[in-house]
Amino acid sequence: MILVLVEHDRGVLAPASFEALTFARAFDCEVHAITLGAPADELAPYLGAYGATAVHQAHHDLLVDYGPDASADALVSLVATLKPGALMATGTDRGNEVLAHVAARLDAPFVANVTGENLDASADRWELTRIRWGGSLHERATITADVRLLTVALHAVEPTPAPAPAVATPMPFTPTIDPSAAITIVRDRVKREVGQTLATASVVVGGGRGVGSAEGFEPLEALARELGGVVGCSRAVTNNGWRNHTDQVGQTGTRIGADVYLACGISGAIQHWVGASGAKCIIAINTDAAANMVTKADYAVIGDLHEIVPAITAAIRSRRGV
Amino acid sequence: MRVLVCIKRVPAPGARINVTEDGLAVDTTNLGFTTSPHEECALEAGLQLVEEHGGSATALTLGPPEAEEQLRYAASLGVTDAALIPTDGTDWDPQRTARAIGHVIAELEAVGGEFDVILFGNESADSGGFQVGVRVARALGRPMITGAKGLTMDGTTARVQREIDGTQEVYELRLPAIIGVKEGINLPRYPTMKGRLASRKLGVQIHEAVGEPGGQRMVQLVSPPEQESRLVVLGAGPAAADKVVDLLAERGLL
Ligand SMILES: Cc1cc2nc3c(=O)[nH]c(=O)nc-3n(C[C@H](O)[C@H](O)[C@H](O)COP(=O)(O)OP(=O)(O)OC[C@H]3O[C@@H](n4cnc5c(N)ncnc54)[C@H](O)[C@@H]3O)c2cc1C
Ligand SMILES: Nc1ncnc2c1ncn2[C@@H]1O[C@H](COP(=O)(O)O)[C@@H](O)[C@H]1O
Repeated sequence: MILVLVEHDRGVLAPASFEALTFARAFDCEVHAITLGAPADELAPYLGAYGATAVHQAHHDLLVDYGPDASADALVSLVATLKPGALMATGTDRGNEVLAHVAARLDAPFVANVTGENLDASADRWELTRIRWGGSLHERATITADVRLLTVALHAVEPTPAPAPAVATPMPFTPTIDPSAAITIVRDRVKREVGQTLATASVVVGGGRGVGSAEGFEPLEALARELGGVVGCSRAVTNNGWRNHTDQVGQTGTRIGADVYLACGISGAIQHWVGASGAKCIIAINTDAAANMVTKADYAVIGDLHEIVPAITAAIRSRRGV
Repeated sequence: MRVLVCIKRVPAPGARINVTEDGLAVDTTNLGFTTSPHEECALEAGLQLVEEHGGSATALTLGPPEAEEQLRYAASLGVTDAALIPTDGTDWDPQRTARAIGHVIAELEAVGGEFDVILFGNESADSGGFQVGVRVARALGRPMITGAKGLTMDGTTARVQREIDGTQEVYELRLPAIIGVKEGINLPRYPTMKGRLASRKLGVQIHEAVGEPGGQRMVQLVSPPEQESRLVVLGAGPAAADKVVDLLAERGLL
């Protein structure tokens, strides 16, 4: 049996949970889900649709808001009685954090960010593929353990409802949680303004070292405004203090999913590329026709971005008759 | 305040990551090395704590003897003590890494006293296991929060901010505590000339690696298949702007 931790925030399901459930079904065995905290009780029917035949619903005073220690204690207490072959979670910040805490408690291996590919679970020692370098490199790895702990890399598995939906039987339980877990419970929450974000914008105008300065981004801002998009940047730009890290695209920044990414003066290092490659269409503007960003792009304009970017903005305006 | 920062030496690849013939390592023939980015920010955070509250910062790394380079870089920024746990340079699994690091932290504390704060990166750039810091925290019995994008300290408590899907969460941890730092929490400083000179004099303590391998083993590294080039060059210079606008219009973005 495989146990899947369903991630949610005060009862709002993290969509990646469906990816984890879909992945778990590939093992061709019984799939159970676990939700932490009473606010998640309503989720059971949705989990059945993705193949979970039971939903273990952990109820506890320390499980109202998220906390890594309380979550890990709850999982460990269910694992002890249920003895699943594997415990899986989402490859999100929280999913990876909680499984690391479970692994530390059990002194068991934990394989982070497994993709759906080339899975071999036929022997005691499972062989899996996981991502490294934020997805720029794959690793074949084995895991030997009584309960295999792993997270499913984000967007590595297409979430699909089960061909035969199950009725997920709710199974409430009260886990044993060490009172010290209260130390790492959220003290305060502030909902940030939700507007266009780098991750969800349909157009991203990215700038790299080639932009040359903080002020050099003004024409990129103007183009982004014209297209209802946002400005992104490379790590060279953040390291120079030209822009805030919230604008950084890449392995240690944000992964974008834009319809169009205009990459201006960016060389296209692999760590930048992993953040950019989710864009449906990439247009590179670079003085160097051999730059990686150019050779990997869909379209390119060769030349100085300081001339080309304002020319694009002007052309849009003139086409709109402004 | 005694601060420890755990940093990892990683290759700094450019356009692509090549794998050695045996498939067990990144081919670093023409590559430089660097400190994993989240850990550069952990170093900066540690140095800022020392500047604000006094005390000293120590850097620790487990890796090939060449990782001394990253410790000296840390010293050029302001770290005054350094510990190296030398390995044969092969990839160590996260359990083994955590056991060895936990063991050496206990040794360092037995001599110099408890670290009030131990900083890790959120995840290492190369292996991205998301776990070494959490395992060490458990072994030492200290509270741990990862993903820190903000950190303030009032002597007995660390206030940690992080962001999850547009919500900012705040945690308060009693010291001694362990914190995993994310890039963006600060802008790491560059070495000064004085720092560079000081770093040459840094005494690096060598500690033996103690700890059994864990249950995860690397079999092989594989480069994901490269997509075929699909490039269309629209032109050169501002004259090509119209073609870009055509493309944007085709996609309904005007
Ligand atoms: C572990 C790790 C993680 C990393 N994570 C990230 C990450 O998340 N995001 C990220 O971006 N980087 C990341 N990096 C850094 C990455 O390796 C590169 O150093 C960085 O992306 C380079 O930024 P750049 O392309 O702006 O600068 P450069 O590589 O210096 O490229 C500048 C480009 O601008 C072009 N250019 C110059 N002048 C002009 C002009 N006038 N007009 C047009 N083009 C011009 C040049 O031809 C060149 O191609 C990471 C590195 C490591 C080791
Ligand atoms: N070999 C190492 N030496 C020192 N610190 C390490 C090492 N490996 C991992 N770490 C620390 O543990 C954090 C998490 O690593 P990981 O579990 O590999 O993602 C890193 O950001 C580092 O701070």
